[in-house]
Amino acid sequence: MSAHLLTELTVFVLAVFVGLEVISKVPTTLHTPLMSATNAIHGIVLVGALLVAVVAEPRLGLVPSVLVVFLASLNVFGGYVVTQRMLAMFKARTPSKDGAPNR
Amino acid sequence: MTESVSALDLIIDAAYLVTSICFIIGLRLLSNPKSARLGNTISMIGMAVALVATGFKLDFAAAWWVLVFGLGLGAAVGIYSARAVKMTAMPQMVALFNGAGGGAAAMVATAEFLRQGSAATPASWDNALAVVLSSVIGSISFTGSIVAFLKLQELMTGRPITYPAQQVVNALLGIAIVAASIMTVAGYMPLQAYFVALAGAAILGVLFVLPIGGADMPVIISLLNSFTGLAAAMTGFVLGNNVLIISGALVGASGTLLTMMMGKAMNRSIANVLFGAFGKVTTSSGGVAAGVTGGPIREATADDVATMLAYAKHVVVVPGYGMAVAQAQHSVRELADQLEKRGVDVKYAIHPVAGRMPGHMNVLLAEANVPYPALYDMEDINPEFPRTDVALVIGANDVTNPAARNVPSSPIYGMPILDVDKAQNVVVLKRSMKPGFAGIDNPLYELPNTLMLFGDAKASIDKLVSAVKTV
Repeated sequence: MSAHLLTELTVFVLAVFVGLEVISKVPTTLHTPLMSATNAIHGIVLVGALLVAVVAEPRLGLVPSVLVVFLASLNVFGGYVVTQRMLAMFKARTPSKDGAPNR
Repeated sequence: MTESVSALDLIIDAAYLVTSICFIIGLRLLSNPKSARLGNTISMIGMAVALVATGFKLDFAAAWWVLVFGLGLGAAVGIYSARAVKMTAMPQMVALFNGAGGGAAAMVATAEFLRQGSAATPASWDNALAVVLSSVIGSISFTGSIVAFLKLQELMTGRPITYPAQQVVNALLGIAIVAASIMTVAGYMPLQAYFVALAGAAILGVLFVLPIGGADMPVIISLLNSFTGLAAAMTGFVLGNNVLIISGALVGASGTLLTMMMGKAMNRSIANVLFGAFGKVTTSSGGVAAGVTGGPIREATADDVATMLAYAKHVVVVPGYGMAVAQAQHSVRELADQLEKRGVDVKYAIHPVAGRMPGHMNVLLAEANVPYPALYDMEDINPEFPRTDVALVIGANDVTNPAARNVPSSPIYGMPILDVDKAQNVVVLKRSMKPGFAGIDNPLYELPNTLMLFGDAKASIDKLVSAVKTV
């Protein structure tokens, strides 16, 4: 096991804790957008897809190279657009009624 | 890192750090509906930064067509379907995007595996392990998400699909995958072993989602989301890329947390959800027409209910997936508007597992312009039921079943429920007396303070709206 791997493991474990900490503050009302937002975030695998596919000698061959980038970008773009669309629907409007419960 | 690092690499790594910070801040801002949109925008900016930075490492001249067809088509299809999808179909859309991410992770790992195989120096064991984990988890997520999509889209039955020795088959397959993975890492026939592991994982993905019923989908969707997150993190280990490790870990953690929350809301362990084939009892077990346990039920007309609602002070609407299926959410909001005009206080009680993914019902109601402060979680609304004049249950069944509280022999005993039976009056809108998803009788319907209003949810609510107007 290299020192490099240990650094990466450290980053991974700390990120897990940050994730748990940040996510536990999200109210149930927003769990679907949360899931959709995290879904878009793991689209970051597109970075990996580009790194293995958009190179001089892609190991995957022609069609799989296109496919891997296609899948990852579907994840990224679809994920973000759908999240944005959902979040746009959440409105606090309480029809001209004072003292309405505001949480 | 002892190897020499070029200035460009440093700049790219710094950009990746910016991306990680954007993702974390983005998720943090999701903790409030007011800041959530900004959060998602920041997360998007982070993604853009990472993609631009990655651009400096790519060979566009050699593979521009991969960008045009892969990235271009992926973006076009993704954006189009994300815009066109109905909010009721959101779970399967998320499942599909999730599967795409998992598939991509598995393919990236495969590309690395092939590169290492042809490299002069063999890969270190830890790198090989990361490759195998990324492929196996990504591949399970890919096929599992596709089956979840097919089930939710009703292209195949939403009921659990079971067959003899199902768990034995899955266990054997699991062992085979682990064995093949170990062979790959140990370098014993690595090429064959690797593809056995990859294919085995793809099959396992299908097999483990098959016995999951529709109502358990919230758990599976979150679990698959966390799988793809982990696969992306493993891909980060493979490529030595911190932004993939951090993002994957964030998603993995969030998916795991949501999965556990969903399990808790159903009072079932994740193992029970995965292997229990809950709701296997098919087609209207138990009595049909008059009262599931033979007890008397009281049927009401729309006019009766409208009068009751119009003169109530506090009304709590309890929406279930049945409401969404009938597309009744807009009518429900209209009814609430009419009631609020008359000074009736209307709240919505949302059970954590209402809908087909965590928080799905909130999105459906938000789409119908229900203001989010009117949406109440189970813990917040339950103490209010004794003070509620009318609890209006629309297409919800098991989550209102008092048997979960007081019948130890009931399969759902111990599951936290909405205490609608404690309201002064309960009105249940239901298509028929057929039991709910779990196939369990609901004693709520036979309580003396319960009225049943039969019919399609949307048609019934529309009737209520016009009846309330004339009261």
